[in-house]
Amino acid sequence: MATDRVASDGDNNPVGVDKKRRRLLTTGVGVVGAAGAAALLVPLVSSMSPSARARAAGAPVEIDISKLEEGQRVIVEWRGKPVWVLKRTPALLEGLDAVEGNLRDIESDASIQPEYAKNSYRSIKPEILVMVGICTHLGCSPTYRPEVAPADLGDDWQGGFFCPCHGSRFDISGRVYKGVPAPTNLDVPPHQYLSDTRILIGADEGGQA
Amino acid sequence: MSKANNLMSWIDERIPLTATWDKHVGKYYAPKNFNFWYYFGSLALLVLVLQIVTGIFLTMNYKADGELAFKSVEYIMRDVNWGWLIRYMHSTGASLFFVVVYLHMMRGIMYGSYKKPRELLWIFGMLIYLVLMAEAFMGYLLPWGQMSFWGAQVIISLFGAIPLVGDSITLWLRGDYVVADATLNRFFALHVIAMPLVLIGLVFAHIVALHEVGSNNPDGVDIKKVKGADGHPLDGIPFHPYYSVKDLVGVVVFLIVFFAIVFFAPEMGGYFLEHANYIPADPLKTPEHIAPVWYFTPFYAILRAMPDKLAGVIAMFAAIAVLFFLPWLDRNPVRSIRYRSFAYKAILIAFVVAFIVLGYYGMQPVTPVGTWISRLCSLVYFGFFVALFFISKGEKTKPVPERVNY
Amino acid sequence: MKMLPTRKSLRIVLSVAALVVLPEMAAAAGGGAALEHFTPERTDRTLQRGAKIFMNYCMSCHSADYHRYSHMARDIGLSDKAVSENLIFTTDKNGERTKIGSLMVNNMSKDYGKEAFGAVPPNLTLIARSRGVDWLYTYMKSFYLDESRPMGANNTVYPQVGMPHVLAGLQGWQKPVYESDGEGHEVLKGFQQVTAGKLSAQEYDSVITDLVSFLDYLGDPNREARHSLGIKVMLFLLIFLVLAILLKKEYWKDVPHS
Repeated sequence: MATDRVASDGDNNPVGVDKKRRRLLTTGVGVVGAAGAAALLVPLVSSMSPSARARAAGAPVEIDISKLEEGQRVIVEWRGKPVWVLKRTPALLEGLDAVEGNLRDIESDASIQPEYAKNSYRSIKPEILVMVGICTHLGCSPTYRPEVAPADLGDDWQGGFFCPCHGSRFDISGRVYKGVPAPTNLDVPPHQYLSDTRILIGADEGGQA
Repeated sequence: MSKANNLMSWIDERIPLTATWDKHVGKYYAPKNFNFWYYFGSLALLVLVLQIVTGIFLTMNYKADGELAFKSVEYIMRDVNWGWLIRYMHSTGASLFFVVVYLHMMRGIMYGSYKKPRELLWIFGMLIYLVLMAEAFMGYLLPWGQMSFWGAQVIISLFGAIPLVGDSITLWLRGDYVVADATLNRFFALHVIAMPLVLIGLVFAHIVALHEVGSNNPDGVDIKKVKGADGHPLDGIPFHPYYSVKDLVGVVVFLIVFFAIVFFAPEMGGYFLEHANYIPADPLKTPEHIAPVWYFTPFYAILRAMPDKLAGVIAMFAAIAVLFFLPWLDRNPVRSIRYRSFAYKAILIAFVVAFIVLGYYGMQPVTPVGTWISRLCSLVYFGFFVALFFISKGEKTKPVPERVNY
Repeated sequence: MKMLPTRKSLRIVLSVAALVVLPEMAAAAGGGAALEHFTPERTDRTLQRGAKIFMNYCMSCHSADYHRYSHMARDIGLSDKAVSENLIFTTDKNGERTKIGSLMVNNMSKDYGKEAFGAVPPNLTLIARSRGVDWLYTYMKSFYLDESRPMGANNTVYPQVGMPHVLAGLQGWQKPVYESDGEGHEVLKGFQQVTAGKLSAQEYDSVITDLVSFLDYLGDPNREARHSLGIKVMLFLLIFLVLAILLKKEYWKDVPHS
């Protein structure tokens, strides 16, 4: 009939329609269309993760520690973050046991480090510490305070790291004290000894971080 | 179900959500006899969205700096994950935007969609076209290749033809003595912020104007004259679901063409991405042959056809400006080409041929033959509007039917 | 369905436009220097050989610093170690061998390049896209002996070129042979070998094939990935198209013809 707009029952509900087929096709188009839209999102979202340039700049770095003196700390940049390499004196290492009662995560169970650094030294060789110098609280870089019992840090200070931003304290292995804002110990990055005096930071036997 | 209804009525008491949906989609009655030419409006909207989305992601890695711009584009193409896809989508989208818009405008001319009561609709559309050209021109500078640089140099120099203040204006536009870092920075700002904002505003106005007066159709029949018992036009069908499912077919066909270009021929033989634009901008060395991107070339050919600089500039801008007056130059009340005279069809065909030929010669190096053909086609181009003005008054037309053909 | 006037008009428009434009296009295609047609290859072997020639002969003056060594290593089927040890000849600012993740920068300063060759040798990363592979292939085979030039070499594709004939040791030296075309113009007929190089003409051609294929890769490194993804996208869209058409037909059953 030429006068009818659509073959409807007067309430604009089309009559004589295979509703099942219609619903099936609508669902099909909806699902396939949504899949297509989601597929288009993948490149857009992944374009925001580190580019080849960022990844190349974040490649492992090598450091020569043959000239590192006892008690000396050097800072290496890895992925834009300060990584400390510290040669601890025997006296500093002895202090580790003395402070254990004040620590929150003595065994480093809740902290980030490779398996080979999950010990009280938090390192491969006891005297050489390799550590990411970023406070686990809000990302400031703590200061190196190797002296024993300074006036501002109190009598039981055995040497360690102190974060000036919010007062978090860490021992000389980067283990966090109780009662400070930082939740966990400082991170240890994956690293390996290429020789006695050369350390590669950012990669170990298990591959690149 | 009733919870959803409650939510809807809660919202509707605060903003007119259901009413807006009904007015523009659910109960927007469009003529049922739309043909192929009616896909391009919704496609233009799709391309706009694609350009905005891909543009946002390009901006995240692009550097608007004379020293860094070219390299940052290659950085996107090689180092950024999927950067090549996003960039090719944006460059292909730019060209296809014009393909779609030109076909959309052609539709409007063929079926008289600019005539009363759709004059403002047409003018908003023309403004969109104008802003789109500015947007594309500024975007083309950003890769900072040789074509980007020299294209911008030439087009900005056009303003130098304006008597007395021309040189001051070009200097002000560039912000330097040649196209330089300052120019690149302001073009970037305009391309990513100012022009898109204006564009979105105009598109909104265009759609509001359309939905106020209703869509025209290939028969040029006013469907509102014959209404059903429900008060809606008998030859109209609700946009949703009928045209939403139909336009979806158009969208998928468009995407097939779009992605075929993106994946298999992103340069489109040098027409979408020009070869010389793979050389960084060098203010001391002009490429042997410079031409604007294909969508500007008809107007560029008109510019070059004129023997005088100022006349060329005036002719080029007039070629665009005259389109704004189309609703008043065409004095025949019959809308669709289907019911118009042979004379009208003849001048329209001549006009379209002239436009295409101008587009071709605008890409070619200057030759004496090319210049003469361009002059002839420029005459035909402008002649169309003059002839239309006289032919359309008292034109012998065929009878327009009461109802649409479907 | 009857033939709509618009469709007929469209045909007329296209055919008239073609009539005006086509003769000109044919004329335009005829002009210009004759370039040999070249089809680049994309096998790992070709690209590895091309990379070796590129790093040994081109990179001392030209850079390709939009592209990374590591990216190239992955694409041409070599390990990072192999590329580091065999294909990287430049040093970074610390004087150490350039890192695998670095861009392919060369060690020649821009000032020196300008002084020695009159212009800074261009970055070659995108040369295949700006010049085209036909041009590059013909260019690399068209150097000839010309004592009047500062570098002792000229080129029939790029007259008065500033670049020396870097591969003369391989190709040897040649001289162009011209003949008259009967209208008073001298036309290049071919080349005549003057001194022999290490390679035969055939071997030299295959070296240039490798090199230009590598330049083609540098210009458009992800072409193959693009094509293979493109086919999947096309298949997906075709399936979507079928569904969309079925849906449209289903709904439009409601709309009666008059």
